[in-house]
Amino acid sequence: MSIDLPAGSPPARVAFYNDPKIRAVAYQIALVAIVAFFVYVAARNAITNLERAHIASGFGFWFNTAGFDISQTLIEYSAQGSSYGRAFWVGLLNTLLVAGLGIVFATIIGFVIGIARLSKNWLVAKAATGYVETIRNIPLLLQLLFWYNAVLKALPEMHESIKIPGGIVLNNRGLFLPHPVYGPGFKWVVAAFCVAVLASVIFYVLARQRQLRTGQQAPVFLVSFGLIIGLPLLVFLISGLPLSFVFPQAGRFNISGALEVLPEFAALLFGLSIYTAAFIAEVVRAGILAVSRGQTEAAYSLGLKPGPTLRLVVVPQAMRVIIPPLTSQYLNLTKNSSLAVAIGYPDLVQVFTGTVLNQTGQAVEVVAITMAVYLTISLVTSLLMNFYNSRIALVER
Amino acid sequence: MTMSEGDLAVAELTFVRGAMLDSKPPPAAMRGAVGWMRENLLSSPFNIALTIVIALLLAWIIPDLVRFLLIDAVWTGADREACMETVQNRAIGACWPFVWERWPYFVYGSYPGPERWRVDVFFVMLAIGVVWLLWLHAPRRDVGAFYFFVILPVSAFILLTGWRAIGLEPVDTVLWGGILVTIVVAWVGILVSLPIGILLALGRRSHMPAVRLFSVTFIEFVRGVPLVTVLFMASVMLPLFVPEQYSPDKLLRALVGIALFASAYMAEVVRAGLQAIPKGQFEGAMAVGLNYPQRMRLIILPQALKITIPNIVNTYIGLFKDTTLVFIVGIFDFLHTVEVSRIDPKWSTPVTSTTGYAVAAIFYLIFCYAMSRYARATEARLALSDRR
Repeated sequence: MSIDLPAGSPPARVAFYNDPKIRAVAYQIALVAIVAFFVYVAARNAITNLERAHIASGFGFWFNTAGFDISQTLIEYSAQGSSYGRAFWVGLLNTLLVAGLGIVFATIIGFVIGIARLSKNWLVAKAATGYVETIRNIPLLLQLLFWYNAVLKALPEMHESIKIPGGIVLNNRGLFLPHPVYGPGFKWVVAAFCVAVLASVIFYVLARQRQLRTGQQAPVFLVSFGLIIGLPLLVFLISGLPLSFVFPQAGRFNISGALEVLPEFAALLFGLSIYTAAFIAEVVRAGILAVSRGQTEAAYSLGLKPGPTLRLVVVPQAMRVIIPPLTSQYLNLTKNSSLAVAIGYPDLVQVFTGTVLNQTGQAVEVVAITMAVYLTISLVTSLLMNFYNSRIALVER
Repeated sequence: MTMSEGDLAVAELTFVRGAMLDSKPPPAAMRGAVGWMRENLLSSPFNIALTIVIALLLAWIIPDLVRFLLIDAVWTGADREACMETVQNRAIGACWPFVWERWPYFVYGSYPGPERWRVDVFFVMLAIGVVWLLWLHAPRRDVGAFYFFVILPVSAFILLTGWRAIGLEPVDTVLWGGILVTIVVAWVGILVSLPIGILLALGRRSHMPAVRLFSVTFIEFVRGVPLVTVLFMASVMLPLFVPEQYSPDKLLRALVGIALFASAYMAEVVRAGLQAIPKGQFEGAMAVGLNYPQRMRLIILPQALKITIPNIVNTYIGLFKDTTLVFIVGIFDFLHTVEVSRIDPKWSTPVTSTTGYAVAAIFYLIFCYAMSRYARATEARLALSDRR
């Protein structure tokens, strides 16, 4: 039952509106037209509305005097002498500070909890599961408010401060640590540290070459550990302890001369670390489970000890699964640090989208700059991630 | 076959067991509670140490928690005096009378008292819809879906905002609050994000460059910025983009923000499902002569969405938790009503804040945990049906 087409017959005729290629072009033109129309209408409305409200446009406000104080500044900043642009950098640095520290703590807690969930010890596994299920299912904002309002703000007043041995003072205005003062000889300690790191790297390379040549292993970890801790310590002792501390001086209403950790910062760091750790734990657990048992057994049968098995066989394969979702958790943490606005920690959103937006009224510019910052962080991270992924991707035969 | 005399004699002399012996029980130390503990808690010195540390930790946390929530808690009272340690001269835990008194505010916000039955009706209608859809053996689930996605949104809108013509007094959304707003925001996000997410996911996999570019830009842009900034954008920029007389109210702006945000995340979840469908399914659908909408509607999406259900529910859990962020743009969701109530001077005590947060935590914990159990059960059910 086949129909023989005469050779070289023209293809079946289709009406032009049924031709897939023409249709595709028509759909795309329609989409572009609709989007362009909406953008045009929105822009026109925005211009009219801004004119009516007498709000300036453009980025000129960047250089105007800010005129408001910020409670935590990593770079020099003053209300009267600094511009909105300076306030932006202060906020951005505060965001990066809390995100960076949060990533470190969340990773440590997350790996511990994730491994604990796989423990053969029933109690440990159940406790870790309980942690993950509870923390994951309570909104981060609620946790932040709890840490800030119910825990840190409930600490004693200034004149009843808790004094922790070592000169640390804790009260509802924050945590006050001794301020380190670096003596003139301290640069030698730093130099010794750099030398030790360099020496460890050289030792690692040499030890590896020797192992490839002769098969003999060297105690790389012990040697570099000793170098990095021991050498700076030695120099520190020789150069006459060039480091002293200024201890917090408790006044009636204030504490002077201390390294101050704001309660807002502590609450945000605590909340972000604990919340993200629950997600990281799940990532770690999934990653370890993804390495099949046969890999461990094969390593044992090759004669590897449990330590090297973990280090050389299991962890590298688990990391391949762990790292992409781990990066996205790091990005989530960074984005979630914007919840600082709810408890008043001066991060980018609180300073810029909050105070600067209220003072200047230039919503479009301010929100656009803020979004651009987060977008840049996200896109750079995804680019690095793609690069990493293509490097470690399994090469299949 | 007969047995000879000699064989019989041998058989009488040798003992051959006809039945197997029952296996002996393991040593006492290896079974029962003791054996279980040896195996699971005390298998090595390190494990013993871990067990002790965790047990101490739990012994430190759990009694305190129970004491705070139940034993030392105050159950009745009229104002802060009942929950003050200095007045009662005893240790005080959670201050429940504060919650009893504020509960209507936690549920309805400032929704006018005589009209609150409308909110109750909405909750009941929503519950019916949810049960109808989730209960696998419910009758006429197709009608249920129509009810949930079409009838319910329309009637809920009329019911909650009001319509004079049928005798429902209009209620301004400024008055909405509490659990009502949390549920409305989450529910609108859920309703809107799925269809838009599917369209965006299909767009991202389209062969048309303009469509693909549009989808990718939208998805990556929204996923690259925090929800807080999206909400700020919706609340301060949206009014600029429309003519002044059509300026949307505050709640609507937040809803737009949440819906856009959830759609972008949903798009990525759906895309993962689409990618898991083998190429042969697309080609097979083309070979039987289906056009693009038919291919997607009849062949691809039913399979892709089925395997995506657990991830969709997980996205909904995230969305439900994210509804708390509308707090930041000044909407009175559940968390915001708790936050406002806890600083009420009438109930100002050292334990009020913790009590309020405990109630909020329990509320979110129950909802999110229930959803995650549902996702896991679905995953298990689908795994069962896929096994060949």
